[in-house]
Amino acid sequence: MSEYEILRLIWWALLGILLIGFAIMDGFDLGTAALLPFVARNDSERRVVVNTVGPVWEGNQVWFILGGGAIFAAWPALYAASFSGFYLAMFLVLLTLILRPAGFKFRSKIENPAWRTFWDYALFAGGVVPALVFGVAFGNLFEGVPFGFDSDLRFHSQITLLSLLNPFALLCGLVSLSMIVLQGATWLNLKATGHVQKRAATAMLTATLIFVWLFVIAGIWVVQFDGYKILGVMAHDGPSNPLLKFVVPARHGWLANYLAHPLLWLTLVAACGGAVMTAMLRRHPGLAFLCSSLVPAGTIATAGAALFPFLLPSSTVPGSSLTVWDASSSKLTLSIMLGAVVIFLPIVLAYTAWVYRVMRGRVFAEDIAKTKNAY
Amino acid sequence: MDIVELSRLQFALTALYHFLFVPLTLGLSILLGIMETVYVMTGKQIWKQMVQFWGVLFGINFAMGVATGITMEFQFGTNWAYYSHYVGDVFGAPLAIEGLMAFFLEATFVGMFFFAWDRLSRVQHLIATWLLALGTNLSALWILIANGWMQFPVGAKFNADTMRMETTDFMAVLFNPVAQAKFVHTVSAGYVCGSVFVLAISAIYLLRGKYRQFAVRSMTVAASFGLASALSVVVLGDESGYTAGQNQKMKIAAIEAMWQTEPAPASFTLFGLPNLAEHKTEYAIEIPWVLGLIATRSADTPVPGIEQLVGEAQQRIASGIVAYKTLLAVRKDPKNAALRSDLDAHVADLGYALLLKKIRPDIENATPEQISAAAASTIPDVPVLFWSFRFMVAIGFWFIAMFAAAFWFSAKRQLDRYRWFLWLSVLTLPLPWIAIELGWIVAEYGRQPWAVVGVLPTALGVSSTDAGNVVFSLIGFVTFYSALLVADLYLLVKYIRLGPNAALGAPEDAS
Repeated sequence: MSEYEILRLIWWALLGILLIGFAIMDGFDLGTAALLPFVARNDSERRVVVNTVGPVWEGNQVWFILGGGAIFAAWPALYAASFSGFYLAMFLVLLTLILRPAGFKFRSKIENPAWRTFWDYALFAGGVVPALVFGVAFGNLFEGVPFGFDSDLRFHSQITLLSLLNPFALLCGLVSLSMIVLQGATWLNLKATGHVQKRAATAMLTATLIFVWLFVIAGIWVVQFDGYKILGVMAHDGPSNPLLKFVVPARHGWLANYLAHPLLWLTLVAACGGAVMTAMLRRHPGLAFLCSSLVPAGTIATAGAALFPFLLPSSTVPGSSLTVWDASSSKLTLSIMLGAVVIFLPIVLAYTAWVYRVMRGRVFAEDIAKTKNAY
Repeated sequence: MDIVELSRLQFALTALYHFLFVPLTLGLSILLGIMETVYVMTGKQIWKQMVQFWGVLFGINFAMGVATGITMEFQFGTNWAYYSHYVGDVFGAPLAIEGLMAFFLEATFVGMFFFAWDRLSRVQHLIATWLLALGTNLSALWILIANGWMQFPVGAKFNADTMRMETTDFMAVLFNPVAQAKFVHTVSAGYVCGSVFVLAISAIYLLRGKYRQFAVRSMTVAASFGLASALSVVVLGDESGYTAGQNQKMKIAAIEAMWQTEPAPASFTLFGLPNLAEHKTEYAIEIPWVLGLIATRSADTPVPGIEQLVGEAQQRIASGIVAYKTLLAVRKDPKNAALRSDLDAHVADLGYALLLKKIRPDIENATPEQISAAAASTIPDVPVLFWSFRFMVAIGFWFIAMFAAAFWFSAKRQLDRYRWFLWLSVLTLPLPWIAIELGWIVAEYGRQPWAVVGVLPTALGVSSTDAGNVVFSLIGFVTFYSALLVADLYLLVKYIRLGPNAALGAPEDAS
């Protein structure tokens, strides 16, 4: 393998790792917000929910920002195509995410019930909508998206919001939502107290059942699709130009990698097994949280492994599909960015771990009432 | 409006809006660090109260900065897809490193700042506060490295096989002189903003005869930090002018409304009315020598005027057309080495030929009139730049005067003696935001018609999405942002009125 090919493979793996990092870390506070109307029945309980993530949600949200930045730097063609192609979906995500910082910071600054209820629903929307939309986006990858490039490599697409919201993609949206809710419920089971914690434990069971059930249906459904495959031999270290290859639909194409490499089935085991273990271990909140973090890891790995080497398949001009081999940055940029990740990601993980250590322990309603900075 | 104008409007509004909050975050984070350092060194509770009260206001503002920053990170992809493709190899890296190195630090430790007062020792909390300030400032560094590259695209080369700019020298991108100058100028402006905020609100308290101990101490910190920052923002603004003079001659000429090249050293037009039709500036009051000295740091190098620069652009467009024709030939015959070396000879001017795309898609057939029109399109909006720049600089000098007075009164312990001075401090409150937004207008609107100077015209950078989508998102952003701004200002005013005791939950007569 050439250096460029290895770098592209590493960056494909890093793309997955960053998405998994986002789904685990930002996932639990999105999920917590999504559960807000269901696990809390009065203001004191709602403050418990919000304050379990109060000190850490801002750091978690950087996983999302970093994901965007890393896709821009390492996969600029993917960044350009997916965000402009999914324009309105992305816009919805941005609007609801914009509400989150204000929701956390503003909600408890005024003691008016209407004001607090408004921001609680804003937080709820900020949890549900992104989780749903990211799943819908992943669902569309499996179906292929209608787009192509002209000879200047300008991206043109025929995507509309309605075409994105097709049955399979919506199912994937629900898979993603139940995964995020499970993550949030497991977090609340670990950090909350009183009724909130008890309701969260029940939510873990419900979310597990729904997740496993929907994940299996989506899996069976996706196997029926025509996937895609690259025709002939494609250079893995060629220029990042998506117009130099031939791609054709392939019957059961998304199963091909799994048939060729049986070890990949472990990703499905991680996703479903992690969910079942989470529900079973709900009386051991710490272990349960570790297991529930396996769920997004397994789910995202399942999707990535099925699609490989495709990143964004085109349904109208399959040859224009973006793949690992023709959508990356230059070799130099990939290596510089790899250096940055190798240096800084461990530092980030180290101080993040320190912060969670400092903030360890459950959140009690009585403490919140006494703390002036609490949300 | 077409998609280009809609996308530009959305970007301008969301960026200017984002930058209502960023400078205050930059300035207050350092001020919080200074105040907390004093608290840890002296152990006096009032300094802790200062950190916590200004911290409440910092937090409300910080949330808005974070919220509006999310849009910025993704807007390149949603609305400027061709830009993202064309320069993402270079431009994406600083944005990603910003997240990794700076924003993570800032966002993680802001949680510690607010939630860990009782869980950390004094020194540990102080370290958390300074890490928050460090993250905030590093964040500005990486964003301005990205922005600096758009102003002066160093360390990159066009690749015909991938149809985009690619990094050739990352160190050149990192140590881009324009980026360095912009960074220092921008963070200094943020420090001024934070200092004015603290100065003005403390002055309100003194005018009302409230919280004297708190207000005088806050003002003292703001006065000395503000004076240093105000001096630095003007002096290093000059550095910014110097580098722009090297790399963005057209911007300097437009700021000066200098139509013809003057004999060296050029004079600085203090006031005048730019006349676009006749290419002259009426009623001009000029100060001899000053522009030549700022822009070239010499007395004998001429500063080129707009007309001369348009002439140079015309030549580069002609050379760029050769590059474009050769590029089309290379696409048909990618293995032809002779064609590739022809392309190399002209590729630096390719961006200039792309200016023609707005006029006709088949730019290789452009007529001489169309080339002249494209060359003329390199002139930015002269009156807007001319006036924005002058107001910004005037406000900059006002800050120096204001903080010098504050510093003097604080040294003589007379901060609460002169009501006129306190009133002036209060009236200064909106000025940092005005100066800062004007500064961005000069920098970015003055860069037009380019997204990346000499490389990619703005009009080409847009996504090929439906204009209706952009109208929809533009309305959505304006509505949401306006509502958030109302909530933000409401909370800021509420907590300022509550004052440092009540806002922190203490009884009103505590101090």
